Amino acid sequence: MTHHTSRRRLGIVAALGLSAALALTGCAGGGNDGGGGEGGGGGGDLSITFLPKNLGNPYFETSDAGGESAIEEFGGTYSEVGPSEATPDAQVSYINTLTQQAVGGIVIAANDPTAVCDALTEARDNGAAVVTFDSDTDPECRDVFVNQADAEGIAQAQVDLIAEQIGDEGQVAILSATANATNQNAWIELMEQEIADNHPNIELVDTVYGDDDDQTSFDRTAALLQTYPDLAGIISPTTVGIAAAARYLSTSDAKGQVALTGLGTPNQMREYVEDGTVTAFALWNPEDLGYLAAYTAQALINGDITGEEGDEFEAGRLGSYTVGADNTVLLGDPFVFDADNIDDFDF
Amino acid sequence: MTDTLTSPANSTEPVARTYRSHARPAWQRLLLTREVAIIALLVIVCVVAASTVRGFGTPITLRYLLLDVAPILLIALPMTLVIVTGQIDLSVASMVGLSSVLVGTLHAGGLPIPAAGLVALVVGVLGGALNGFLVTVVGLPSLAVTIGTLALYRGIAVGLLGTTAITDFPDFWTDLAQSRIAGGNVPTITIPFLVLAVVFVVLLHFTPFGRGIVAIGLGSEAATFSGIHVNRTKFILFMLTGVVSAFAGIYYTLRFGSARGDNATGLELQVIAAVLLGGVSIFGGRGALHGVIAGVLLIGVLGSALRLANVTSDVINIITGVLLVLSVVSSSFLAWLHRVRARPGRRGGVGTAAG
Repeated sequence: MTHHTSRRRLGIVAALGLSAALALTGCAGGGNDGGGGEGGGGGGDLSITFLPKNLGNPYFETSDAGGESAIEEFGGTYSEVGPSEATPDAQVSYINTLTQQAVGGIVIAANDPTAVCDALTEARDNGAAVVTFDSDTDPECRDVFVNQADAEGIAQAQVDLIAEQIGDEGQVAILSATANATNQNAWIELMEQEIADNHPNIELVDTVYGDDDDQTSFDRTAALLQTYPDLAGIISPTTVGIAAAARYLSTSDAKGQVALTGLGTPNQMREYVEDGTVTAFALWNPEDLGYLAAYTAQALINGDITGEEGDEFEAGRLGSYTVGADNTVLLGDPFVFDADNIDDFDF
Repeated sequence: MTDTLTSPANSTEPVARTYRSHARPAWQRLLLTREVAIIALLVIVCVVAASTVRGFGTPITLRYLLLDVAPILLIALPMTLVIVTGQIDLSVASMVGLSSVLVGTLHAGGLPIPAAGLVALVVGVLGGALNGFLVTVVGLPSLAVTIGTLALYRGIAVGLLGTTAITDFPDFWTDLAQSRIAGGNVPTITIPFLVLAVVFVVLLHFTPFGRGIVAIGLGSEAATFSGIHVNRTKFILFMLTGVVSAFAGIYYTLRFGSARGDNATGLELQVIAAVLLGGVSIFGGRGALHGVIAGVLLIGVLGSALRLANVTSDVINIITGVLLVLSVVSSSFLAWLHRVRARPGRRGGVGTAAG
């Protein structure tokens, strides 16, 4: 009986040791990563962290790369963290972590305008400059919002594109990202209004949500075409959505029959522009957006600007910018990509 | 004979009984358990993180950690009881979302927060009762039932609020959800959690009802024949997960100041992962709440430390997943090892050799 007991104990001790070893190696590895990142900061305040909506999204990979190149130019420390799912509660954990790390600046694309607010306010109280880009928070929770293009310009560009491609008449549908995305809903509202005001022969039949997930967006596109056999065009104001929709259209009978436009990136859309599925689509340059956001954070950290309307600052190769109303910096007008110019871009 | 069996202490020579009442001495039975192993691992991870990860050893870590894991801690309590009976409730996160949306819409419709919260709690009880009804009265497997209600409750939540989020909650309540006890670093949400923890610990470990829960997990039929109200017990447990999930939903809404249909999506898997990591058997019949609480905190601490060390969320998920698989596999492996070594032939051999 006693031998039985000691064997059992041995087993448990072995299990404990195994688990402990796992934890130790896991943590030690993490610790090294952290040490490396912080070493570069050298105590300076120009440690700027990008917090995109989620990781693995090509759009944010491009914008954050732009941020990284800007931060390299002015000699700060770049890092990027983010959740794997685009949810606000996951972002809050990361903002809290950045507060604990006492970073100099946080550049965030918010998953919810209000849910991340308190966490950002605490980060600011702790001395961090907070810049939002792509998707804003409530204005009182951040220092400056770097706007990729004003909503009117984006809505206008997309409606103009679809109207041109379908001959200004017929049914169109919208394939959006998540139902709660701040920017998506603002654009959709303006597009509805623009269609109602200036394009009487275009009927907006449905708005569906692909959750910025490739497969979901693909399935939603298929469902749209089944539900509306007379569909003339699809507007997808999200990079994930338009690529998934183009992939579906390019292999379906509707290729060339149903027009597709929206906001996409040249690298994702190149093959569909080349094979004729898509004629033209719009976007700003996300790399410039991240670049400008990083310079905005730098200007805030260095005290060049406070984020008040009328403040001016230099943003490297992009030139000079002025903070506008609601503490917002505007990148510029949307850019239209088509078969003639798409090969000039690589992002 | 009966005398010797029932009161061995009275017999001067315990010859009639050839086995001891416990295989191991009391200290071993208390300390060498899966629960204590998880608690020890938690302590180790904390110590290692505090000494190697910059920023982890600060008091603010504790506050953020508790705020983050509070919904999981809360729901893990009734979930443990449900899993110990051999059932499962996958609808908890959808109930959190539904409760969040209810609080938001009712508040926007003019109800004060306490009244809106009360309605949400009642809906939580009803939602749990629906699960319980389908499992016990209709006799469907809880896995299938709660996958259905997972979709149902989430669907109602998203349907009620559509594409919007309700965010204008009174500062008093949102501040309360994030406030700290006596200005220290322990968030106020810890108090309702501790109260519930005491209630559930007493319920599971120190009442006949709790013994019944374990008995159901070990064998539903045997439990029925020994006079346990199997269906009534399960029904009550599903109502408890419903109402506690609704409470977690109210907290979630106020903590983030945002009522959304997709709040807490996927939380059920975090809860179940933590419960299993805490030593509860998915097949029922085994588990203790101190292990579960340690399991929740372990996952939380690991995530917090790894985030501070700039480890990406995918790697954090991988580490949590590996830990969970190892914990489940190790218990099966140890049980198998135990069986192999305890085979009569070998046992005798080893016994004589060692003796």
